[in-house]
Amino acid sequence: MSSFPLLTVTAALPAVGAVLTAALPAATNPRRRDLNKIIPLALSLATLALSIVIAVRFTPGGAHYQFTESHPWIADFGIGYSLGVDGIAVVLILLTAVLVPFVMLASWHDADPVANDAGTFERSRRTQGFFALILAVEAMVVLSFESTDVFLFYVFFEAMLIPMYFLIGGFGDRTQGEDAKQRSYAAVKFLLYNLLGGLIMLAAVIGLYVITAQQGIGTGGHGTFDLPTITRALASGKLHFSPVAENALFLGFMFAFAVKAPLWPLHTWLPNAMGEATPGVAVLITAVVDKVGTFAMLRYCLYLFPNASRTFAPAILVLALIGIIYGALLAVGQKDIKRLIAFASISHFGFIIMGIFAMTSQAQAGATLYMVNHGISTALLLLVAGFLMSRRGSRLIGDYGGVQKVAPILAGTFLIGGLATLSLPGLAPFVSEFLVLVGTFTRYPVIGIIATIGIVLAALYVLVLYQRTMTGPVKAAVSGFRDLRARELVVVTPLIALLLVLGVYPKPLTDLVNPAVNATLSAVQRTDPAPAHPVTATGTTGTTTTTTGGGQ
Amino acid sequence: MSSAPSAVHSLWTLADQSTSSTIGTFTQPHVQYAQLSPMLIVTGAAVLGILAEAFVPRKGRYWTQIGIALTGLVAAFVAIVLLAADGYAGAKADLAVQGAVAVDGPALFLQGTILLISIVAVLGFAERRLETGTAANGAPVDAFTPQAAAVPGSDAEKSAVRSGFATTEVYPLTMFAVVGMLLFPAAGDLLTMFIALEVFSLPLYLLCALARRRRLLSQEAAVKYFLLGAFSSAFFLFGLALLYGYAGTVSLSGIAAVVSGTESPVTPALANTTGNDALLLIGMAMIGVGLLFKVGAVPFHSWTPDVYQGAPTPVTGFMAAATKVAAFGALLRLLYVAFPGLTWDFRPVMWGVAILTMVVGSIIAVTQTDVKRLLAYSSIAHAGFILTGVIAMNKAGISAVLFYLGAYSFVTLGAFAVVTLVRDAGGEATHLSRWAGLGRRSPLVAAVFALFLLAFAGIPLTSGFAGKFAVFQAAAASGATPLVIVGVLSSAVAAFFYIRVIVLMFFSDPRPDGPSVAVPSVFTGTAIALGVAVTLVLGILPQYFLHLAGQASVFIH
Repeated sequence: MSSFPLLTVTAALPAVGAVLTAALPAATNPRRRDLNKIIPLALSLATLALSIVIAVRFTPGGAHYQFTESHPWIADFGIGYSLGVDGIAVVLILLTAVLVPFVMLASWHDADPVANDAGTFERSRRTQGFFALILAVEAMVVLSFESTDVFLFYVFFEAMLIPMYFLIGGFGDRTQGEDAKQRSYAAVKFLLYNLLGGLIMLAAVIGLYVITAQQGIGTGGHGTFDLPTITRALASGKLHFSPVAENALFLGFMFAFAVKAPLWPLHTWLPNAMGEATPGVAVLITAVVDKVGTFAMLRYCLYLFPNASRTFAPAILVLALIGIIYGALLAVGQKDIKRLIAFASISHFGFIIMGIFAMTSQAQAGATLYMVNHGISTALLLLVAGFLMSRRGSRLIGDYGGVQKVAPILAGTFLIGGLATLSLPGLAPFVSEFLVLVGTFTRYPVIGIIATIGIVLAALYVLVLYQRTMTGPVKAAVSGFRDLRARELVVVTPLIALLLVLGVYPKPLTDLVNPAVNATLSAVQRTDPAPAHPVTATGTTGTTTTTTGGGQ
Repeated sequence: MSSAPSAVHSLWTLADQSTSSTIGTFTQPHVQYAQLSPMLIVTGAAVLGILAEAFVPRKGRYWTQIGIALTGLVAAFVAIVLLAADGYAGAKADLAVQGAVAVDGPALFLQGTILLISIVAVLGFAERRLETGTAANGAPVDAFTPQAAAVPGSDAEKSAVRSGFATTEVYPLTMFAVVGMLLFPAAGDLLTMFIALEVFSLPLYLLCALARRRRLLSQEAAVKYFLLGAFSSAFFLFGLALLYGYAGTVSLSGIAAVVSGTESPVTPALANTTGNDALLLIGMAMIGVGLLFKVGAVPFHSWTPDVYQGAPTPVTGFMAAATKVAAFGALLRLLYVAFPGLTWDFRPVMWGVAILTMVVGSIIAVTQTDVKRLLAYSSIAHAGFILTGVIAMNKAGISAVLFYLGAYSFVTLGAFAVVTLVRDAGGEATHLSRWAGLGRRSPLVAAVFALFLLAFAGIPLTSGFAGKFAVFQAAAASGATPLVIVGVLSSAVAAFFYIRVIVLMFFSDPRPDGPSVAVPSVFTGTAIALGVAVTLVLGILPQYFLHLAGQASVFIH
């Protein structure tokens, strides 16, 4: 294996691209503007190529963390620039790298200069700012997935809030007056809520460092932030948390991730943020940035604090369950398309968190797959909804009707996105939803049963949404709608293809994910519960058949 | 006459050696001039500045004074670096001038920081491109009143403006203030500390009164600062006297020896009072009051918003950065050298002060509408964060405080430099509502100010985060976990008002009659560029300076 720093380059490429894009000379005509947009698009495609290289060269049965790089950074605090990926990280990096080019393509005109603006920034640099910020977010998210040092992760976990904040608040359905105030409020709420979570996590991070320093885990009298070192020390008994300390640290970390993910009741920032942002930025929020939160629950909460994770798992499962039902119920009553999708996301994240804390191999593998599949399906749904909204300029469901007669391809892709959201068998999200529910049921049957209500409610809100907007009499404003243009078709077709392929053949993803899931379970010292009614070995074949989720 | 007792003698006769009166021999004090060279150089620059004021013709004063000031400061900084390279920060640390001046790691680090701050501040004072000149010849004018003695609004003031006068005395005043600030954290005994306190405070009182615009507000700020400062200096002096009564010595290491019981004072005049713990505790408390006033800690903070708002903005930047560095240096030295044995006594009180400071600073700042007052309350909150590092009472605490002071001062200087740039017809536009939409009109300046605000808020990848992490980590290691929790919660509150200003700049529409951003000359530009560079470098690659602060964190006893 060459010593080419693949992970650093994969993260540095979008970062350099962000700086480059921001420094491009201002565009004076539309052609020049398009050229300014092609450069960030090309860079994001290059990042996609690099992430595919990572996925292809990753050896599922090999070392736990692969492509590792390690350099000292702030030696006085035991902080190192340490990177490494396991299967879960590879899969999520792939998701991010796949979605960003589509977001860019879909938001091609979202950041064009406004006609009656008030300053030079609006006129000339707005477009570059938008694409540069998207690349910056991608760089920081990828680095968060790649990091194996707790402090490095924390730095980028917090730092990604700033470009996201500017993306939400600075670019939207461009209007002045009331809407601008709402957008600003949503952006500030996003930033402050997540900052609060991050600051509480800072106290926990400092506490973790002090404990490692006191127990002599690091070198030279300092503590350490290196995740593999800490996990090894925990496993060998060299590092020992007192129950109170472990619970407090777990809660500190979990609070930040629960705000990010989001987990009910810390979710109130998401509907505002997704509702006010452009559809492309909304996809970034829910499909890319929020995944960092759930990924961190898997990687940091479970590995660093296994005992506390087991202690708090029932409580978190209850919260996740409430989130599933609550999100779905509130989605049913929404009048605003983007807020509806936001509440649907809250419901889906409830499933993901439920899968993580059920702590069976099927549930966790399902949760990881769910992260990917939810990303793709929500991206599809949101982006098509964005195309719909850009034709009328309104987010309200009541403003649309009968679109399928006028723009059948648009309606068709919207339907596929909706069916994916409600986990129709044959599309990718079904696999993950099934695995999560089955995995939860084996250990917590009651919770698994109640969670299935979420599927019914999902069908309700998706199909009602489709019925109200796409079917029925054609509204006056709708009759002039154009069907999907070439650029929009380029956005939706690969996403639909991915959903179909992964729905039928998820094996490549599960192969990547399963070893990491098994490692997580052994770190948390859980094994899958034995089945209640095992089939005897003498009669039938395949008692422990290899489902695609992987049994133990 | 020959039989008269030899006890009576005149100036020209020698005392009789056979009498029992003990006339002590006079030993000439040994002054290590080389170790004092930084302070002596700056003093020389100050004196030269005074002479220049007296003798250089008016036209040449500006450039002469800037030249003298900058040369003196740079030479003093070079002297500090040479001293440090020579080993005075570590193995050769020394108590010079018979114990009056300490030359050790923390002293050299803080003195170097103060000198760098002063260089940037003098560059800010020298800025003349921003104010539109109202002199008859249209000459550029600086931020200081043309004639401080003229009554505001009178004809004398108008004629002074027309004649193009300038108060170039600010440069020697600043030099004197710098001398005091250099001595304050390096004082080896309490009397030297008091002298340094007065030497640096008095010029600052004067500097606060010299604003060109809104002169009445400026003079009010100076009077408030002077009265409250004099009051707190009196507390300091009285505490000093009580401590002398307790210990029989004013030397810091001597007091520590008496506290720990390794020495008992022998002065017969103090026989009734030595060893009296009440004197020790009350004296320590009073000296603490004096120092906490200078630092701006709650409940001794009420001068900070008014003084910061009224003083000329370059002076505010200088005060906010350099005074804090000097005062925290003195507080560190006091607690670590003189009172380490009393940790159990003063720690609970300091906990309370730190918590109050962090909380009050953050919460009151939320309601502020003037950007200079906002920055003043934010500096109070930061004083609270630095106090958590001081309370740690371990080596990590010292190095964390040193690093935080260095990082924080450059952000402060840069932020106040940006405030000087936002102007309208009436001078600086400091009301926050007038800053709306600044990000649309001048994106670069607004982005730079946003970077400084994010550094204040402690966002990762800025120097503010590295500093906060260092002090909180030191506090947590010493067992002060509640302080860390209060610290992160008040950081969250503080983040609110920093973000609010960023929102105002970027996401609001600019006012039609709004202020414009003046184009700075190379002086202010350097200050801002340096602020940005230090913020980013210390945020992304802090290891070198953390290591430097760690090596410089051994006090000499």
